[in-house]
Amino acid sequence: MGQVMLSVEALGVTFRRGGDTVRAVRGVSFDVGRGESFGIVGESGSGKSTVLRAICGLAPTTAGAIRLGGQVLETPRPADFYRRVQMVFQDPYASLHPRHTVDKVLSEPLAIHGFPDREARIERALADVGLGPDFRFRYPHQLSGGQRQRVAVARALILEPEVLLLDEPTSALDASIQAEVLNLLDRLRAERGLTYLMVSHDLAVVAHMCERLVVMQHGAAVEELTRAALASHRAETDYTRMLLAASAGYTPATT
Amino acid sequence: MTALLTVEDLRVTFPTRQGPSEVVRGVTFTLGRERLGIVGESGSGKSQTGRAILGLTPPPGKATARVLDFDGIDLRAASPATWRSLRGARMSMVMQDPKFSLNPVMTIGKQLMEALKFGATQSRSEAKARAIAMLEAVQIRDPERVFRAYPHELSGGMGQRAMIAMMLVTEPDLLIADEPTSALDVTVQVEVLRILDRLVAERGMGLIFISHDLRLVSSFCDRVLVMYAGRVVEELKASELKQAQHPYTRGLMNCLPQIEGGQRPLPTLERDAAWAK
Ligand SMILES: Nc1ncnc2c1ncn2[C@@H]1O[C@H](COP(=O)(O)OP(=O)(O)OP(=O)(O)O)[C@@H](O)[C@H]1O
Ligand SMILES: Nc1ncnc2c1ncn2[C@@H]1O[C@H](COP(=O)(O)OP(=O)(O)OP(=O)(O)O)[C@@H](O)[C@H]1O
Ligand SMILES: [Mg+2]
Ligand SMILES: [Mg+2]
Repeated sequence: MGQVMLSVEALGVTFRRGGDTVRAVRGVSFDVGRGESFGIVGESGSGKSTVLRAICGLAPTTAGAIRLGGQVLETPRPADFYRRVQMVFQDPYASLHPRHTVDKVLSEPLAIHGFPDREARIERALADVGLGPDFRFRYPHQLSGGQRQRVAVARALILEPEVLLLDEPTSALDASIQAEVLNLLDRLRAERGLTYLMVSHDLAVVAHMCERLVVMQHGAAVEELTRAALASHRAETDYTRMLLAASAGYTPATT
Repeated sequence: MTALLTVEDLRVTFPTRQGPSEVVRGVTFTLGRERLGIVGESGSGKSQTGRAILGLTPPPGKATARVLDFDGIDLRAASPATWRSLRGARMSMVMQDPKFSLNPVMTIGKQLMEALKFGATQSRSEAKARAIAMLEAVQIRDPERVFRAYPHELSGGMGQRAMIAMMLVTEPDLLIADEPTSALDVTVQVEVLRILDRLVAERGMGLIFISHDLRLVSSFCDRVLVMYAGRVVEELKASELKQAQHPYTRGLMNCLPQIEGGQRPLPTLERDAAWAK
């Protein structure tokens, strides 16, 4: 790995409400190189989204340090952070304002950050994710699940960030549209040297997109693997082996 | 096999700036006490088909059908009272955006208890025990905490499972599950599917399983409908998905990335305008 772009060191996140304490992330560490694509897979509820939110300064971090380009990130995040780092949230419905049209969702960040050629950029961003111009003035509730997810991806890409945090970016897409979005992400990374941190429960998607990945279970990182190790099913922990086995499809209970 | 649900010539139309847009265009199928998968392109009308069956087409959209029959009841003519006795009790839908369909200002436990009201009469503590048992069944690690939690305090997959638990407590005769496992890791996914499987096998529930996950549908379902641009373009036995005839279905398989590695860039589909005719 060349220069480290994003580093997460001994991160801890704890949620508290009433008598409930949830230690959602317990001492997770990894480095992502500049231009690298790094994956996070693991159990539902294991803290994957919380790690991404903590990087954006959106989670109650109780321990550890997060660095971007070698600099420790302050909370709240500095003004240029959201220009350099963009996130695609897992739940596109919640992350799109219900009363903003697709046009507004895409034009607002461009205006805030003073981008020129807004018109052309919006058209390009929509076309890139396979949405025609007739989607431009729709509201989120007038879109299908996968169409909303694609708007969220377009919004993150339109600011041309250096780092993209992608939380299940293609989980609502059929195989044909997923392939188009993954190819787009791959191409942009090659062309612009982008850095990706990507969460997915689909091991094949992670194997395709990421050079390395970490497996999370119950708030902890239990194993780090390379793409090659994943491809040849060389896993060290039982949990990762179970994930690999279950990826083959549904098998009825044997008992 | 007697049909639990018969759908003939279902159409859903929305007014748009460019005039009325028909997003479901004459869908016809029957469902027995079986697992029917619906796959198809993003935007092809899968969710709107499911919603229309439950009379939940969002206004100003309009749904029409030549036949829409659930267990001998003509749903097209159903009164509000009939719908109240059916929805949630005998027919349920797990929506694609679980967090959006959960009530954001009510705890998961409270919502589960409300769903249970439809079931047999029981005491509060019995209902709570059942709710906790349902959360355990969908593999929630700490069901007591989740019972007290609000939807925004759950992970994506936990919200999805809470939603499934809510639909299942009433043990419906027909369940429409719209991408019910899209946010679950594969090991939890298998457990949730086993629950659905059991309900179909043991209780004779009819299941419509909407998913874009081809591997899952081909290994889990009995039959599959393939939708493209508002129509069913193909109906297959799930085990025969690999022998699909329609070029959309055939192309889909090639677009999937592989754990073992494969082509880069991924193959994509050349869509033919004639498919949407
Ligand atoms: N705002 C919050 N308040 C309390 N607990 C929270 C909050 N957000 C997340 N949690 C808890 O933190 C844990 C980790 O959640 P997170 O969303 O990071 O999981 P995840 O790995 O992304 O799971 P999934 O694959 O299901 O999306 C869960 O137990 C969740 O209930
Ligand atoms: N209120 C609305 N007004 C206009 N068009 C709408 C409205 N709601 C949905 N649509 C359109 O109807 C079509 C079918 O939507 P539907 O949600 O059924 O798709 P889907 O097959 O479930 O897709 P996905 O896999 O992406 O969830 C989409 O093209 C969508 O944009
Ligand atoms: Mg998550
Ligand atoms: Mg849908």
